[in-house]
Amino acid sequence: MSRQQLAVQRARKSFQTGKTKPLESRIHQLRNLLRFVTERRKDIAEAVKKDLSKSEHGTELFETLGVEGEIKLAIEKLAEWAAPRPVEKSLLTVSDEVFVHPEPLGVVLIIGAWNYPWAVTLQPLVGAIAAGNAAVIKPSEVCCHSAKVMEELLPRYLDKDLYPVVTGGVPETQELLRQRFDHIFYTGSSTVGKLVMEAAARNLTPVTLELGGKSPCYIDKNCDITVACRRITWGKFVNCGQTCIAPDYVLCEPSIQSRVQEEIKNCIKEFYTDDPKTFEDYGRIINKRHFKRIMALMEGSTVVVGGDSDESQCYIAPTVLKNVTGESKVMKEEIFGPLLPIITVSGVDEAIQFINEREKPLVIYVFSNENKLIKRVIAETSSGALLANDCLVHFTVSSLPFGGVGHSGMGCYHGRYGFDQLSHMRSCLIKQLKMEGVNSMRYPPHTAKKLGWARFFLLKQINLGRLRRMMLLAMFVGVASFVVQVKKLCLPKLSSKKVQCTMATTLMV
Amino acid sequence: MESQSQVLERLRTAFESRVTIPEKFRRTQLTNLMSMIKDNEEQIVNALHKDLTKPKFEAILSEVEIVMNELHCALSNLTSWMQPEYVSKNLATKLDECFVRREPLGVVLIIGPWNYPMQLLIVPLIGAIAAGNCVVIKPSEVSAATDNLITELIPKYLSKDCYAVVRGGAKETQALLKNRFDHIFYTGSQAVARVVLQAAAVHLTPVTLELGGKCPCLIYGRVNATAAAHRLVWSKFFNAGQSCVAPDYVLCSKATCDALVPALRQVLEDFYGSDIQKSPDMSRIVTPKHWTRLMGLLNRTKGKVVVGGEHDEKDRYIAPTVVVDVAEDDALMEEEIFGPILPILTIESLEESIKLTKTKEKPLAFYVFSDESSVVKKVLENSSSGGFCSNDGIVHMALPGLPFGGVGNSGFGHYHGHWGFEAFSHQRAVMLRGWALEKLNALRYPPYSDEKLSWHSYLT
Repeated sequence: MSRQQLAVQRARKSFQTGKTKPLESRIHQLRNLLRFVTERRKDIAEAVKKDLSKSEHGTELFETLGVEGEIKLAIEKLAEWAAPRPVEKSLLTVSDEVFVHPEPLGVVLIIGAWNYPWAVTLQPLVGAIAAGNAAVIKPSEVCCHSAKVMEELLPRYLDKDLYPVVTGGVPETQELLRQRFDHIFYTGSSTVGKLVMEAAARNLTPVTLELGGKSPCYIDKNCDITVACRRITWGKFVNCGQTCIAPDYVLCEPSIQSRVQEEIKNCIKEFYTDDPKTFEDYGRIINKRHFKRIMALMEGSTVVVGGDSDESQCYIAPTVLKNVTGESKVMKEEIFGPLLPIITVSGVDEAIQFINEREKPLVIYVFSNENKLIKRVIAETSSGALLANDCLVHFTVSSLPFGGVGHSGMGCYHGRYGFDQLSHMRSCLIKQLKMEGVNSMRYPPHTAKKLGWARFFLLKQINLGRLRRMMLLAMFVGVASFVVQVKKLCLPKLSSKKVQCTMATTLMV
Repeated sequence: MESQSQVLERLRTAFESRVTIPEKFRRTQLTNLMSMIKDNEEQIVNALHKDLTKPKFEAILSEVEIVMNELHCALSNLTSWMQPEYVSKNLATKLDECFVRREPLGVVLIIGPWNYPMQLLIVPLIGAIAAGNCVVIKPSEVSAATDNLITELIPKYLSKDCYAVVRGGAKETQALLKNRFDHIFYTGSQAVARVVLQAAAVHLTPVTLELGGKCPCLIYGRVNATAAAHRLVWSKFFNAGQSCVAPDYVLCSKATCDALVPALRQVLEDFYGSDIQKSPDMSRIVTPKHWTRLMGLLNRTKGKVVVGGEHDEKDRYIAPTVVVDVAEDDALMEEEIFGPILPILTIESLEESIKLTKTKEKPLAFYVFSDESSVVKKVLENSSSGGFCSNDGIVHMALPGLPFGGVGNSGFGHYHGHWGFEAFSHQRAVMLRGWALEKLNALRYPPYSDEKLSWHSYLT
């Protein structure tokens, strides 16, 4: 039996004991995960430094802070998320219990990516644990130091059988994908996403795919261009552009192009100094293969800022490109690197058209002072998410679903969405064997009369609120007429006109 | 005649023209769909009778009324379903607008089955239309009369640019699946589901699979045998057992079995008379192939037929049949029966029964009959299935408030009511930030520092 088979088998056996069912046990594991992230801060930071040359602060800001937030939220809200959710009843089920019961799926496979090796592997894990699943964790082998630390240290905090870490490259991942899971959560490229979905098809396994794409960034000429460029520069060059939601390319009118260039140039200097190569808070490209890939993308475009590189260090300076069109090399694939092409368009109409000619991205950014323009972009495009006047930060709002659409992915997570995504929402109807008489209208032999009753009763949804109001009104009318009758009897001398008026008034109310 | 790719291109052009986006358009289409059902109720009932010898009562209840109910639900709630959902924010984003917008996916494909050819095609269609998509509708060719009727009626009532019926068998369906859709909704068998998923993977198309399975029915503890027998017979033999949520097999103790069998026999006579084949209220098996398959199971069973067993090949008739002394490895326990044969397995303890069900694939529905709530609770907590219903069968799927779908081998995704709208929508996160407080943003810009980090931690 392969190592992968063994891990999955152990996880399944462990899950079948039912130990993940009680909420206390899930919270216990979540607390342990929190302890791991806080106690092992240094180990995590060191690993990320070796993998991506990210500074310690950078790692905390972009990797572990988010994970900590998700864990704390899950611990706080778990009882609420896991409770049965009542639903609207029909006339005949008024006395029954009708609810949706969130239940664990079983054994989930989480395949992480290399760009934020901790965030994109542990955040789905939070959802998996909270929902009561076992989870096989497969960190990306590309960020080998982080994978090693995860493999060595995570089992010291989490249940080894329920949450095994399985490392390895392509053959090991393929072997893992041959096993049967109850859900597969994959973060990475669209190419591999297709292969994951294909493998999942064999076992009818549902998948969540967090993929990527070219996230466009439209800058309207009517906006605070200085602030816009600050936010875009930050969003682009964090992690050296190796962020699935990084603004991939900029669209703007020719009249503001040089201003945009200038502002971004200034911001780069402000954030990363004159020599980003020596600056602690500027990272590196993950490996030589990606370095070469990104360098080749510059072909055919003009470098206006940066452009220098050092292969021995996998260093590429924060770079801005111009004379870029839709056909340029840099526009053929997701950049996933520190190159920011600026493409000129005649206005928002052309920008929308440009965006719609391409695959749906993970996010669309639009910078504008005009609400009307922003609303147009929202209405006339499609993307995983849309963020106006900033970059990346929608990722931090745990009440927003984080996920793609079309080629940028399927399914979503963060906060309650992560819990729901990795749960099975089981419909429950708890009836009694009483009131059998009522059921007779549905039993054969069928008659036209029974059909009439059945049509009315069996399926009609009732608005309980409206029904209550109707019943109240009927009661009121009943009481009113009773009062009037009593008055008639007790005060015979009252003129009929007055009686009529009283009745009318009561009924009108 | 249009080719499949021409149909798709037409629908995609229509979708890109954004004609399906306004609420008014969706309402009109849903209202027209309602007229389609109302105006043609008689034809629908006749087509279903031709295909499955479906009794008028069953056709009205399970193919007309349930669809009308879903239409009413969609029309009453469409406005609220389409509203953006505002969400809670953290301290750093308090001044921003954060909401989730439901948006159509694009051009979706709905593949229907033959057992409830109207309901299981039109109810998903309601969700797809309500969500603002264009739809390719592929009815099952097995229920040929209904297939013909749907092909005739849809273009008469719905926008021809946005909704198209594509017909054919396995070959045509495979060709259809090569095209790119924005969502595929499939109801049917596991085998075909795998093919659908493989095809969807090529284009990264999300899928909803409504499959089946062997829905167990446990009967334990104190039980009102008569009431249980009524509900069991009704839900098992409705549509001659050809329901994805029909109770497939019964698990109970010997004593319960001994009490149940005569009750079942009596109820069958009360419902269908002494000569069931003559009753207008019993359906037939859909095709000779399925009839042969079911007879094969009956012939191979090592259990004892105690009720029914009569059959007529020409009529595609199999009498409601109860088989006892069925073992775990019996022919009747190999696959989903999908017919009017009810095996009863005798297992003395509830715990052993639950254990048995755990060795099988997760079914679409799980049933338990008992007057004891502790028994019901135990079964609920120690099983997994698409849906769960105690002391009745099938009816849980008639409530639009409950998500209808499977888990594991019985499928994934769900629909009905609001869930149908969500199944065919993309939940797009939208965040609108302001321009102010740029100084606050400085906390996140490099150069990073411990102080900046602690502020950030506090605000998010």
